[in-house]
Amino acid sequence: MTELIVIGTSLGGLAALGEILATLPPGFACPVAVVQHRGPTVDGVLGSLLQRQTTLTVVEPDDKTPIRARHLYVAPADYHLLVEPDASFSLSIDPPVRWARPSIDVLFESAADVYGPALTAVVLTGASTDGAAGVTRVREQGGFAIAQDPATAESPVMPRAAIAAGVDLVLPLAAIGRHLGRMGCVDRAAS
Amino acid sequence: MHRRNGIEETEIDLLVEAIVRCHGFDFRGYAWSSLRRRILGAVAREGTGTISGLIELVLHDPAAMQRVVSSIAVNVSAMFRDPPFFKAFRDAVVPLLRTYPFIRVWQAGCSMGEEVYSLAILLEEAGLYDRCRLYATDMSEDVLRQAREAVYPLNLMQRYTQNYIQAGGTRAFSEYYTATHEQAALRPSLQRNIVFSQHNLVTDGPFNEFHVVLCRNVLIYFNRPLQDQVHTLLHQSLTPFGVLGLGSKETLRFTSVETNYEPLVESERLYRRVA
Ligand SMILES: C[S@@+](CC[C@H](N)C(=O)[O-])C[C@H]1O[C@@H](n2cnc3c(N)ncnc32)[C@H](O)[C@@H]1O
Repeated sequence: MTELIVIGTSLGGLAALGEILATLPPGFACPVAVVQHRGPTVDGVLGSLLQRQTTLTVVEPDDKTPIRARHLYVAPADYHLLVEPDASFSLSIDPPVRWARPSIDVLFESAADVYGPALTAVVLTGASTDGAAGVTRVREQGGFAIAQDPATAESPVMPRAAIAAGVDLVLPLAAIGRHLGRMGCVDRAAS
Repeated sequence: MHRRNGIEETEIDLLVEAIVRCHGFDFRGYAWSSLRRRILGAVAREGTGTISGLIELVLHDPAAMQRVVSSIAVNVSAMFRDPPFFKAFRDAVVPLLRTYPFIRVWQAGCSMGEEVYSLAILLEEAGLYDRCRLYATDMSEDVLRQAREAVYPLNLMQRYTQNYIQAGGTRAFSEYYTATHEQAALRPSLQRNIVFSQHNLVTDGPFNEFHVVLCRNVLIYFNRPLQDQVHTLLHQSLTPFGVLGLGSKETLRFTSVETNYEPLVESERLYRRVA
C-alpha cells in the first residue's frame, strides 16, 4: 500500500499536474510531494496555482515539516527537498544535481530509502533526464514507478529517460490521476 | 516506522564516529538523508566503492579526511542570497539598531563570507557600520581562510549584482569590488568591523551577547534534537529583544524555543527575542 506519492516534472509540468489533480477521486488522501523544475526566484506562485485546482492542502514545506495526509507538498525554489526517516521533509542548498535544484533524483532517492515499498513515484513531462536515477532507486527499494506516456507529454525527454531506466507502468496523462486514486493509501500518521 | 538499509546505516554511523574521533567535527546529529547523500557523493568522488572503503581511506590519509569532511559540510552560499531577506532587514531591523550606541552581530555558519560582507554593505549604506562589530564564525578553518581573503570568481558578480539590487541596494554594486582577471576582490574596508573566528555550533558554547544573530541555512543540516540544542545556544546568545534571522525555509515552529520569540517579519524568518 502506498503511503507517499512523489512526482517529478519540468517543462509542461504545471498543465500536467493540473490534469492529474483534476482526475484524482474525491476523498483522495495520500500525501504527495512534487518537484517541478523552475528558476531560483519564482517563489510561492506554483503553489497558489496548484491550490486552485485541488482540495488537497498545498504547502511549500519548511525544513522539518512533517508529512501529512491530504497535503500536496511542492519543493520550494532553489532548495533540494528530501524525506527524512521520521517522515518529515528536510531541505538543503547543496549544489544543483544535473543542473537542477530542486532535483527530482534527490527527492525520489531519499523518499525511496525511507518509504521503500510504500512509495509510488511518477515521472511526467520534462526536458531533462532528472528522475531516471531516482526511479531506479525507488524500484530497488521495492517501490512502484510510473512514467507518463511520452506521446502524451509536452516534452517527452524526461518520461523517456525514466522508461529507459525502467518503470513498472507507462500511462497516458489522462489515466494517471485515476490510477493513483485506485491504488489505495495508508495514512501513516493515523496508523 | 521508517526503514533504512541496515548495513549502510552501520557504515554511516562508523564513518561519522571515525570523523569525530580523528578529526573532531561532529556530524552525529546531522539530518540523516542529506548526510547520507553527501557521504555517498564522497564515496563516488574518492572512488572507494563503499562507505567502509571511505572509512579506511580517511583513517589513513589525512588529506582525504580533510577533503571528505569539507564535502560533508556544505559550503554553498551567495552574496545577498534571498534578496527579500536583506530588504526586510533594511526595512525592519535597521530602524531598531539605530537606537543602539554599539551593535554586536553574530553570523553563525558564515561559509566563505558571502553573507557577512553583504550585511556589512547593507549596514554601511544605512550609515550604521561604524557602530557595529560583526562576528562571523564557522566550524571550518578552511572556509574562514577564504572568507578573510574576500576574493570570489568574477563570473558570480552578475548574479550578486542582481541580488543586491533586489535587496534594495542604494549604490552601484561594482563600487564594492575590484575585478582582476577572473576574480573579484571585495573592498578591504568592508572587513574593518568583521571578526572571523572558528566556532562549532554543536560542540562550542556561547561566547558573547549579541543584538542580532543570523544563522541561515545551517540548521537545515541538523536533525530536530540537534536543532533544539543549537537553538538554545542561539537564544542564550541574544540580548533581550535581540533579533534572530533564519534561512528562508527555516522556522521556529518545530523547535523548543518557539515561545521565546515573536515574529518581526514572519515571511523572512526574522524574529525578536521576548523571553
Ligand atoms: C550551506 S552554508 C550556509 C552559508 C550562509 N549562512 C548562507 O546561508 O548562505 C553552511 C555553513 O555552515 C557551516 N557549518 C556546518 N555545521 C556547522 C557547525 N556545527 N558549526 C558551525 N558551522 C557549521 C558549514 O561549514 C558551512 O560553511
